[in-house]
Amino acid sequence: MLAIIDYGAGNLFSVKNALEHLGEEGVITSDPEVLAQADRLILPGVGAFPDAMQKLNQLGLTAVIQEQAKRKPLLGICLGMQILFESGSEFAETAGLGLIPGRVDRIQTSYKIPHMGYNELEFQNPSPLLKGIEEKSCVYFVHSFMAYTPEEYVTACCDYGVKVPALVQNAHVFGAQFHPEKSGEAGLRILHNFIRYSN
Amino acid sequence: MLSKRIIPCLDVKNGRVVKGINFVGLKEVGDPVECAREYYCQGADEIVFLDITATHEERDTMIDVVRETARQVFVPLTVGGGIREIEDFRRLLRAGADKISVNSSAVKNPQLISDAAQLFGSQCVVAAIDAKRVDRSFHVVVNGGRIDTGLDAIQWAKEVQERGAGEILLTSMDADGTKEGFDIELLNAVCEVVSIPVIASGGCGQLKHFSKVFLESGADAALAASLFHYKELTVEQVKTHLAEKGIPVRRLKGSECE
Repeated sequence: MLAIIDYGAGNLFSVKNALEHLGEEGVITSDPEVLAQADRLILPGVGAFPDAMQKLNQLGLTAVIQEQAKRKPLLGICLGMQILFESGSEFAETAGLGLIPGRVDRIQTSYKIPHMGYNELEFQNPSPLLKGIEEKSCVYFVHSFMAYTPEEYVTACCDYGVKVPALVQNAHVFGAQFHPEKSGEAGLRILHNFIRYSN
Repeated sequence: MLSKRIIPCLDVKNGRVVKGINFVGLKEVGDPVECAREYYCQGADEIVFLDITATHEERDTMIDVVRETARQVFVPLTVGGGIREIEDFRRLLRAGADKISVNSSAVKNPQLISDAAQLFGSQCVVAAIDAKRVDRSFHVVVNGGRIDTGLDAIQWAKEVQERGAGEILLTSMDADGTKEGFDIELLNAVCEVVSIPVIASGGCGQLKHFSKVFLESGADAALAASLFHYKELTVEQVKTHLAEKGIPVRRLKGSECE
């Protein structure tokens, strides 16, 4: 069973719809017991870093996710990807889940902020989530902050005046800065790969 | 580099797609979910539903349309038309819309943009601006261009950005329906004063209008309704043309929507 972690984030149903289309029923839940039973987790997210961490803390989910992520595949999407890192600087310096080394800070580019629209994936390191995906496939981004992390954790990036980490990975913890549920067939393929992945 | 987006728009009345000339003699032509899925399969980067249902009660049908479309279309979905209050945002976002566009209600009550951006995030707030030349300036018009609000469109574009709109859907009422091309002058006037993405709308009739708007204006996306609806062009044809002109677009890889 795949659990979509519910902490009030906006894109829960889009993620669930995409999973259903792929033949996988996602269970939307904030119940630690259900998360413990699940064989994989998706952490969605839209909004700001401190709000997301505050909600996870209020729901008592921070430690639960950290514990579950030791054993099972986890995919963070957009803000859900950003809070996988150690800290973020949006509005106020805030501790993240600390599942991938690095921090989240404003995108330093001469281009328009937010980075919004379809951008091309450039592969950096092999990833099981990129199986069957052609390099330069476009995926949909909406964000103003990005991960600053050692290159070894970046499996794909995109060019937005700076190299923006698009897909990150630390063992079986994955993060997508883009929205795979809103990126057409390429995005669905990435979700499909996550559903099939076993660590 | 960011791709330029191609966005088909579907006018929906009482849960059915309609397309009319100048909003008179609306003709019903299909199921919005099927049409949206077809555009998605052609490679549409986003889909816009414009609800032109007359009364508030009948708008519930739009919720069902959005819910069903969100199950089959995996690119961003924008819904506009008749959005008056925060509760309308909430219902449509919950049903599966990714962005909500506001037009005349935001002119009447600009706070709606600020409140929605605060509550749901700028990424889902699209300010739709219908602009028309009056003397040497552009005015914001409402009710299909029939009412001139007197508001300066360039100033209004700045204001919606300051209030937290994440994008501007800019329709030229001078170009709309002419099929003579997008209104480059209007687009550039707005793009010069805002930093959020601007979607060009109104006037496209041929392939070359799409490349022209991206080569000659700062538009980030182009929207078209009847052109796609009457199958004069497919989204794929537009993208092939843009790619030939060296404009970055999202191309489909392999077979989509089998």
